[in-house]
Amino acid sequence: MDAKAIHEKLVARFGEKIAGEGLAAASPFAVVAPEAIAEVALFCKSDPRLAFDNLMCLSGVDYPKENPPRMEVAYHLYSYVHLHTFALKVLLPRENPALPTVEGVWGVANWHERECFDLLGIVFLGHSDLRRILLPDDWEGHPLRKDWQDPEYYHGLHVKPTQQMAERALAGEKIGVGPFDFTPPNRSNQG
Amino acid sequence: MATPEPVVNEWDRQDRQDLDTDEMVLNMGPQHPATHGVLRLELRTDGEVVKAARPHIGYLHRCFEKHAENVDYPGVLPYADRMDYCAAMGNTLGFALAVEKLHNLQVSPYVATLRIVMAELQRIASHAVAVGTYTMDIGAFTPFLHLLRDREKILDLFEWTCGARLLYNYNWIGGVSHDIPEGFVRATRDLLREFDSVTFPELLDLIIHNRIFVKRLASVGVCSKELAISHDLTGPNLRGSGVPRDLRKDEPYLGYETYDFDVCVGQGQYGPLGSCFDRNWVRVVEMRESSKILHQALDRLEKMERTPVQEKCPKRVKPPKGEAYVRSEAPRGQLGYYVVSDGNINPYRVKVKSPCFTAMSVFHHLARGMMIADIIALIGSLDIVLGEIDR
Amino acid sequence: MDATYDILHRFLPQVALWPSWLLVLLLAALPALACFTFMSLGPLVYVYAERKISAFMQDRLGPNRVGPVGLFQTVADTLKLLFKEAIFPKGVDRKLFVIAPILVNVGAFMPFLVIPWGSRLQPVDLNIGVFYVSAIAALSTVGLIMAGWASNNKYALFGAMRSAAQIVSYEIPAVMILLLPVMLTGSLSLQAITTAQAGGLSHWFLFRYFPLMPVAFLVFYTAGLAETNRAPFDIPEAESELVAGFHTEYSGFFFAMFFMAEYTEMFVFSAVASVLFLGGYLAPLPALQQIGPVPMGWFWIWAKAWFLMFVMMWLRWTLPRSRVDQLMYIAWKVLLPIALGLVVVVGGLALWPATANGFIWDRFVGWPIAIGLFLFLVTVMVRALQWNRRRAHELAAQVCR
Repeated sequence: MDAKAIHEKLVARFGEKIAGEGLAAASPFAVVAPEAIAEVALFCKSDPRLAFDNLMCLSGVDYPKENPPRMEVAYHLYSYVHLHTFALKVLLPRENPALPTVEGVWGVANWHERECFDLLGIVFLGHSDLRRILLPDDWEGHPLRKDWQDPEYYHGLHVKPTQQMAERALAGEKIGVGPFDFTPPNRSNQG
Repeated sequence: MATPEPVVNEWDRQDRQDLDTDEMVLNMGPQHPATHGVLRLELRTDGEVVKAARPHIGYLHRCFEKHAENVDYPGVLPYADRMDYCAAMGNTLGFALAVEKLHNLQVSPYVATLRIVMAELQRIASHAVAVGTYTMDIGAFTPFLHLLRDREKILDLFEWTCGARLLYNYNWIGGVSHDIPEGFVRATRDLLREFDSVTFPELLDLIIHNRIFVKRLASVGVCSKELAISHDLTGPNLRGSGVPRDLRKDEPYLGYETYDFDVCVGQGQYGPLGSCFDRNWVRVVEMRESSKILHQALDRLEKMERTPVQEKCPKRVKPPKGEAYVRSEAPRGQLGYYVVSDGNINPYRVKVKSPCFTAMSVFHHLARGMMIADIIALIGSLDIVLGEIDR
Repeated sequence: MDATYDILHRFLPQVALWPSWLLVLLLAALPALACFTFMSLGPLVYVYAERKISAFMQDRLGPNRVGPVGLFQTVADTLKLLFKEAIFPKGVDRKLFVIAPILVNVGAFMPFLVIPWGSRLQPVDLNIGVFYVSAIAALSTVGLIMAGWASNNKYALFGAMRSAAQIVSYEIPAVMILLLPVMLTGSLSLQAITTAQAGGLSHWFLFRYFPLMPVAFLVFYTAGLAETNRAPFDIPEAESELVAGFHTEYSGFFFAMFFMAEYTEMFVFSAVASVLFLGGYLAPLPALQQIGPVPMGWFWIWAKAWFLMFVMMWLRWTLPRSRVDQLMYIAWKVLLPIALGLVVVVGGLALWPATANGFIWDRFVGWPIAIGLFLFLVTVMVRALQWNRRRAHELAAQVCR
């Protein structure tokens, strides 16, 4: 099936939950409302004409400068039965982005969604084990966001001395000199 | 509207049998001879039998995707090399293909053939390391050195061409970095002759059909087709489970459709289909298929007209606004690049779908009920490189 | 060691006027010391041989820097290990930690007391020689488990438990097969077993009751591989799985002691196997037993033990490792039934007058097999050398490209 036919099938089934489309792009996609993504995903996998049994990639992208500022989660799907590809996109607000998980549909989404949460802060509701995967468990913040600033302190250790701080240190202020806080972080909430 | 079933967290799942014996939490830590990199495995074992396994990754996270947003498109290529450091040609090839698709660039047939030669040589080298280290994990130390002997020759060829043995920065956007020197074709033919006649048959006789090796692997870590597809196992991992899909045949790029080679699929000849043996078998046989492709590519290189290798490279790579997801068949599976461009010289977002990342996601499903020796066999059969998982 | 005792008996009282207890002590201690020193220099050679052999099998060179052809490599390694700090990790049981390598070495070196190097060159000819060997060798198992337990390390414990299970399981077929030469000789003494094989190659126990005794030898050899933790049964020290198994936490000289014990055990096992099956210090041709005034017994038993050790090393670098449960399967379901069957059958054949001295064709199988094996090895080596020479020519031709 080509991209237009897939899009029409989705619209026929889900109506206005399919909020838009980008069929002219190099990888054609359909925009899905956040709360419906799990159902749409299950339909994509189980419908015999679509049969998207493989989630190729799940990416999060941060668009702070768009109007309105948004975050996107893109699902690139592939079918081993019909050998066609398609993409789904979900547009989320940048404050508290949250959407249902699709790990019940494609098992690989478990790890992809953990990475998305880790690097961008997008929460996947209903995920069985949503915790950081690439960054240390006690990391604070989500670095792949466009407004990420590298921290100056990491658990009491001074990480990034800058020229201003060098000048302040020469002026006598105690910088990067201790006493440092070496107590191990509390891991009980991270599992 | 049907919603998907909620998934149970594998680590906490308790299979309470009649005897409630004490369980031990064993840590195969980031430093371990057999985990192919800095992978931490937390195993909950009951004696030798593993009840649950939890892999922890991220020890080699080097923020590739963040770096890619801060350098220009050609500057991303050295970073891309360093992800899967055992098969670096494939990484840059994937990114170059993605950006060329955004740019609507077509490379000349000569450059395409060069890229194929390098990619297939890299495939042989990468599978040599994979199979060699795998047999070393199983306990046979000698095939590793025999395979590395041939890999050394391939690395010498790479060094002769572009000056680097492991991380080449060879595939540029629109071309390649260096043309092959005089005598390259003859040297590659010598290498392949020795590989085809000595190393490959010895490998099969010495270890692959060895009874102990087969008994260790043939019914271990069986991954069904559905599980493999659901967890996005690709490349030799998927073909080991019996799914005959190969991107070089299904969505050919660089002219792969004009080459004559077979798709290697696991046969299940010694046990259930989808075992560790089958995945390893696919890698072994793929080395011979790569050798076939190389012979054909070398024939064409000799007859083809040589064009300058960088004539199509744009002076400033500034693709128009858009996005593309392009995947290629790296030695470890399907390597996918989702490149979002907003018209500037830096990419807006580069997301890499690495085949080893998705292969590791199936680990805790397969590891239940195995013994610790089988855990080693499982890790090696998935052929993971932590640089690619962590990026 | 009659000769040694004679010499000492004549020599020592002339040195000084010893009190009689001291004389007795010296007469016992000096040969033992000589034997022990001689044997503990063994691992130096075995380790070097293993490294060189494995290197040539893997298409590389091995040690070639320290001394001519790398001969002093093991000396350098031993010196280095001697000077290394012996680390005691936190939480180890210090007494057991120290006693464990001692026990393992005791179990490895004690069997040397009964191995006959010649008709008069044997420290002590116990009339329960075979029984003594199998009993004292089991002492190293206790040391092994102690090492794993005392290390306060889950991996070491795993290795120790696996090793205990493995050694105990393979002890049984080994001991069953040990009974066969004993039955054919009628005595447990190693000297008696050797002399019962006198008369040349065709009288060796390996070629009696063909094909039953060769099968017995194979079973014994396999069981011995498992008892000395050699590949394909080196699960307890599986490098790629458990880092180093039961001796993970040992460093410095403690580690050297484990290493020494392993190679000595290998040699002891090979020596015992060659005494039991390959005729001990007897030459294949009686004429070669004494070349001029020099008795060659020591050379023959050394050669046989060395050959068996070479095969052990060959196997280690060729075969992969069996998993623990597969290992147990082999011991209990394959080797033990074969061993039991052999004991019954060979015992019965030995009792029946018609076959009391073996089958009729036994005399004709020894030499063909030996010569065939020799020719096979020579052919393999010649072909390897030819291939090497051809590769060298090709590489030289490639340099000018």
